[in-house]
Amino acid sequence: MSLRRPAKDQPESFEFNASSLEAANVIVTKYPKGKQQSAVMSLLYIAQKQNNNWIPLAAMKYIAKFLDMPYIKVYEVATFYTMYNLAPVGKYLVQVCTTTPCMIRGANQLVEACKEKISENECELSNDKSCSWMEVECLGACVNAPMMQINDDYYEDLDKQKTLDILDKILNGETPKPGSYRGRVNNEPENNRKTLMDLKNA
Amino acid sequence: MLKDQDRIFQNLYNDKGSDVSSSKERGDWVNTKEITDKGRDWIINEIKESQLRGRGGAGFPTGLKWSFAPKEVGSRPHYLVINGDESEPGTCKDRDILRFEPHKLIEGCLIASYAVQAHVCYIYIRGEYFVDGQKLQAAIDEAYEKKLLGKNAAGTGWDLDIYIHYGAGAYICGEETALLESIEGKKGQPRLKPPFPALIGLYGCPTIINNVETIAVVPTILRRGGKWFASLGREKNTGTKIFCISGNVNTPCNVEEEMNIPLKELIEVHAGGVIGGWENLQAVIPGGSSMPLIPKEKCETLTMDFDSLMAEKSGLGTAGIVVINKDQDIIKCMARIARFYKHESCGQCTPCREGSGWMWRMLERMANGDATKDEVDMLGDVTNQIAGHTICAFGEGSSWPVQGLLRHFKKEIEKRNNLDPVVQKKNNIPYLVDQHLLDKKNA
Repeated sequence: MSLRRPAKDQPESFEFNASSLEAANVIVTKYPKGKQQSAVMSLLYIAQKQNNNWIPLAAMKYIAKFLDMPYIKVYEVATFYTMYNLAPVGKYLVQVCTTTPCMIRGANQLVEACKEKISENECELSNDKSCSWMEVECLGACVNAPMMQINDDYYEDLDKQKTLDILDKILNGETPKPGSYRGRVNNEPENNRKTLMDLKNA
Repeated sequence: MLKDQDRIFQNLYNDKGSDVSSSKERGDWVNTKEITDKGRDWIINEIKESQLRGRGGAGFPTGLKWSFAPKEVGSRPHYLVINGDESEPGTCKDRDILRFEPHKLIEGCLIASYAVQAHVCYIYIRGEYFVDGQKLQAAIDEAYEKKLLGKNAAGTGWDLDIYIHYGAGAYICGEETALLESIEGKKGQPRLKPPFPALIGLYGCPTIINNVETIAVVPTILRRGGKWFASLGREKNTGTKIFCISGNVNTPCNVEEEMNIPLKELIEVHAGGVIGGWENLQAVIPGGSSMPLIPKEKCETLTMDFDSLMAEKSGLGTAGIVVINKDQDIIKCMARIARFYKHESCGQCTPCREGSGWMWRMLERMANGDATKDEVDMLGDVTNQIAGHTICAFGEGSSWPVQGLLRHFKKEIEKRNNLDPVVQKKNNIPYLVDQHLLDKKNA
């Protein structure tokens, strides 16, 4: 299990803004009547998006009222799942996969790059407070290893220099292009494709 | 090598496009009504005849699973749930289906829902695949627009709604009952079985849960016939499978191949060979991180299917092949996998919650050569205390890779770790201090 604690500095209150409210109401309709508790994961996600990438305790209380469920149940969910950030992580959250398939292809270089550019330690904001990084478990893009995720996007087939370039861009407030950084198309074997050639050449 | 026309996922590399019209060119949605008109029993029998086994790891026969759904819908509605919480290290096949072949999945959902009499289908996608989930959502929206979903979906007379539910970074939610808990808006902690989800599942209603790949191959099987699918591979291990080959190979890739294909062919032909040549191969994890590794000697002749890997005391799992060459420290690789399991244990059962941490810490020490001789056997003992003593299969999943390491690389560990546990010689390591021996010495 991973140990997760809410941030010490918490805002007083939280409320969905108009667009979040609309999205939340749509999500609740996905589930049968009386089972609105199912929407809690999506609502926490919406709250996280709205609140600069992290979830304050006030948002959990708000969602508990919104879905008519006990606050502790929302708290349980928010602390159980690792994608909910319980403390500020900055506008850009860099998640470097370091599980074995990425590790044996050099994920430690990505970690070094993050240490150089963002901050010495994981889960620590960069100097301008815009960015933080963390090591995460398998992100499910193993054939594109090593890779990292910045907010929702995957950056694949990296090495140290490419990572430094990407991090430079986000520290300048730009959004780099997601996908493979060795120019390969999706998950096909690079320059070694032997299947479905008719379709490729068509 | 499998012939191209026998490949089910023609758009695996996104050569064409994933919208409805290009999917129709590949044969999706062409005669869905004809298939459903043949009736539930025909569909289930055809799937049984194809001997399709679940692609999510356990390899349970799909036709049999569907036949567990109650024949009549009682007071409780039936649900179909698709497991797209692909989190097993080494596996990234479902992602390609979600983003490039969404209509195979959606059509499969319709046929499967019809077969098990479900009107609502939830597709559970891991939260990290948000972008790929959005692509699936776009495909679902397009399907609604073209009347392939909703009321009288695709003219079959069956009503079906499909909703996506995103996870939020918990590996354990790939376990089917934990996944149901997660959809219900709770912590993803697995339930005791029985009752099995086929009778009491989501919201206490009969629920059939299948992997993304399993459902996505269903329409093609029904179109081309169970016999065609069964003619590929070998008895009880039929059909095609997407293999993900990652790690120390020259061209890591996803590729769809026939079951029972030799491992060496997969690595040499599709993945461009091991980095440093075949001689540089150390070991292979054949089916995602929870499957015990296989040393080089056995890789020469190994074929990739459920039963032949079982005979090697490993398993096909999700067919995520991780190739490890001799440049890597095998103990460190396994220590990292142990750390993964320590991080992802849900904390419900004590043997797993505590044991996964023990295994990780012991392996880290062993990688550094800081462990004592008897700890090697102690580690084996810990794995046996976990496997089989937990609610879900995570206990086995976390201890099997360690058992695999001990089975094949015990000598390597012993060579590196020959500290003597007797305190007189090495009493500066606090956890080794044996109080009795100290007492004796001072007495």
